Amino acid sequence: MTANGFAKTSINMLWLQSGGCGGCTLSAICAEAPDLLTAFDGANINLLWHPTLSEETGQSFNDILDAVRARKIELGILCLEGSVITGPNGTGRFHMMSGGEVAMMDVIAELAALSDHVVAMGSCAAFGGVTAGGGNPSGATGLAFDVKDPGGLLGEKFRAKSGLPVINISGCPVHPAWVTETLLQIASGDFTEHDLDVWNRPKAISDKLVHHGCSRNEYYEFKASAEQLCELGCMMEHLGCKGTQACGDCNTRSWNGTGSCITGGYPCIACTEPGFEEPGHAFVETPKIAGIPVGLPTDMPKAWFVALASLSKAATPKRLRKNATADHIVISPNNNKRRGKR
Amino acid sequence: MTRRIVGPFNRVEGDLEVRLEINDSRVTEAFVTSTLYRGFEQILQGKDPRDALVYTPRICGICSVSQLSASATALAEAQGISPPPNGRIVSNLILATENVADHLTHFYLFFMPDFARSIYQDEAWFDWVETRFKAVHGTAHRDMLPARAEFMHIAGLLAGKWPHTLTIQPGGSTKSVNKAEKARLRGLLSSFRRFLERVVFNAPLESFVELKSKQELDNWRLKSAPMDGDVRSFLFLSSELNLENMGAASGRFLSYGAYLNNGVASFKGGVLENGKMSSFSPDDILEDISHAWLEDGDISRHPYDGRTMPDAEQKSGYTWCKAPRLRGNVMEVGALARQLIDGHPLIQDMVSEAGESVEARVVARILEVARTVLLMERWIEDLQPGEPFHVTASTPDEAQGAGLIEAARGSLGHWLKIKNGRIENYQVIAPTTWNFSPRDANGTPGALEQALQNAPVRAGEKDPVSVQHIVRSFDPCMVCTVH
Repeated sequence: MTANGFAKTSINMLWLQSGGCGGCTLSAICAEAPDLLTAFDGANINLLWHPTLSEETGQSFNDILDAVRARKIELGILCLEGSVITGPNGTGRFHMMSGGEVAMMDVIAELAALSDHVVAMGSCAAFGGVTAGGGNPSGATGLAFDVKDPGGLLGEKFRAKSGLPVINISGCPVHPAWVTETLLQIASGDFTEHDLDVWNRPKAISDKLVHHGCSRNEYYEFKASAEQLCELGCMMEHLGCKGTQACGDCNTRSWNGTGSCITGGYPCIACTEPGFEEPGHAFVETPKIAGIPVGLPTDMPKAWFVALASLSKAATPKRLRKNATADHIVISPNNNKRRGKR
Repeated sequence: MTRRIVGPFNRVEGDLEVRLEINDSRVTEAFVTSTLYRGFEQILQGKDPRDALVYTPRICGICSVSQLSASATALAEAQGISPPPNGRIVSNLILATENVADHLTHFYLFFMPDFARSIYQDEAWFDWVETRFKAVHGTAHRDMLPARAEFMHIAGLLAGKWPHTLTIQPGGSTKSVNKAEKARLRGLLSSFRRFLERVVFNAPLESFVELKSKQELDNWRLKSAPMDGDVRSFLFLSSELNLENMGAASGRFLSYGAYLNNGVASFKGGVLENGKMSSFSPDDILEDISHAWLEDGDISRHPYDGRTMPDAEQKSGYTWCKAPRLRGNVMEVGALARQLIDGHPLIQDMVSEAGESVEARVVARILEVARTVLLMERWIEDLQPGEPFHVTASTPDEAQGAGLIEAARGSLGHWLKIKNGRIENYQVIAPTTWNFSPRDANGTPGALEQALQNAPVRAGEKDPVSVQHIVRSFDPCMVCTVH
């Protein structure tokens, strides 16, 4: 360790992509303060190869892989972005590694066994994600989970050389800071199994709910609901918002400097959760039984929720009721300190 | 004759393999393979049509907003609605932000690092080019990443996040903009413009947009030293390496028209074949699958009736990519096609003098960065806080709609059919499906396959650098190509 807490010798990191969209990389390069490459520099992470960023292509890339296989290069962190493609019929033919005759899933498994740490970048690599949606035509699976079932490509018992299981940074896409902060903890050697939740996601992210810090919290408190997209009210009752159930610090740490799904005017679709790709209902519609939303906060007794909701609905100030179904503030909060009538 | 397979071909979005036949230090034949199949068109069957807005952006993390825009446009047609002006402007601003950021990402992260490869180490210019543009380590990366990230605050403000937003809807935008936010947009864009004018162009944007000919471009370049601005550096390298004579393809171009506003496209659409303009009709598109690993290889279909069923054993196949053709012809799409068809004099002059090329493709992209930022400045002023941003409509049980838009990399189309309130068929033709298509039933190679013919190969080269320049000049997006 150096004085700044990071490894003295650099840690080699290799980043591969398979059955995904590349969006986690594109999100990661939106990292700010510091930018992604500066963050890696500071943590002494040596970017051995990254599909979007590195110079090496074709033969020179294969030379790197061969050196890793021959243990001439120690692999500290292997990142996979995108799901593992196993189809058709378990052959992996739907994604052969370009330039060769090998299924990508075999390359991933081979390198995972050689790496100190294995990190799933995004919900596809962690659980299968959107690629596993519908009838899962490509046989997409996660590294160590197949949607909600332990297993995936590497199996439930897989441990990287460090002894840690696959670290699942879920999200569709991942937030850049989830990437940098997790990798920097790994590089400094203070990331342990205790830092992982039941889905092997970093607790630093999953200990929080998207609901925390929601800019529409007052509407939520009074059940003042938006009925259509582009309205200001809470989106839980009608528009499918899962912020009260989905993990993530999306509203306490902004996206792209300033935003979140909620501030963008659309509901949380729980993209950090396994199986989010098949919610069983339209994404922007809340399924209800007898007028009561099915997906209530997970750890709250339903009867209490209903009782509190009807109470708070009865107490909803006119301001919130009106604003909830408008696309801009129509009634401002009272400023009762102002003397004299305006 | 020797054969080479180049792959994995990185610094493109997604997975690409290129097979080359080389004779006498020249590429004689090229075969382009998209190696990843995920099956989005299958995933979408039977879904609630609105869910396409969640799934299709996730086809691609670099063209996510483009996919969303095409999907929202297709749904709007099916619903028979059109967004209010504010909704249109916000959608266009988000799409333009993605397109400009993508052009910048391509220039700095994907394309320029090839000039810092050791194959060029004996060139007089190598040292400063390597210092500036070397992959990962170049000073340009360190300048560009923070500027790009700050520019993406526009997406954060309007779209909540990037990629994979849901702000753009058939009825407009889920985000309404107030006066303070309008001011913030102005601020963000002016900061980005400063960056472009200081670092990228080293000149006012207008001075580049107003160029009318290759001669004027040369004069613009020679006003200052090659390292004064990264665009100038590229133009210098391009003239050193003769990139204006590298990478000619089919001579046929297509654009659906970009950024529709009040029924008028800011960059107009059409078809340009060997210098002749004609109008575009979506009915003229057929997808040939004779050389794809897909079922029914002998049947070409219009995308409304398209089928995408994989068959890894298909003997004549060498890629998962279909071969879309317009009136039977190979089309090139992208910023070059867009700026040509829109009639920008600089690009028209470059192509009429030397044909389409690596240089023309990159210049068109750079030009489009400048032109688009100037457009965005106007659109922000056109926003009317307090007026509607969104209208809501229900989805009919039976309907169809097409969403034809321009993504950074070119023409993107979604074709949607709804039956019993569910998606009956959903087919996507992405820009790189056009550009990187395989041969069709007539044996005609796709645009990149044509562009690689005659590419020079230096002695001992395993991954020929000319091939790197030509492939990346298209800014391919492979995750879009096959989805």
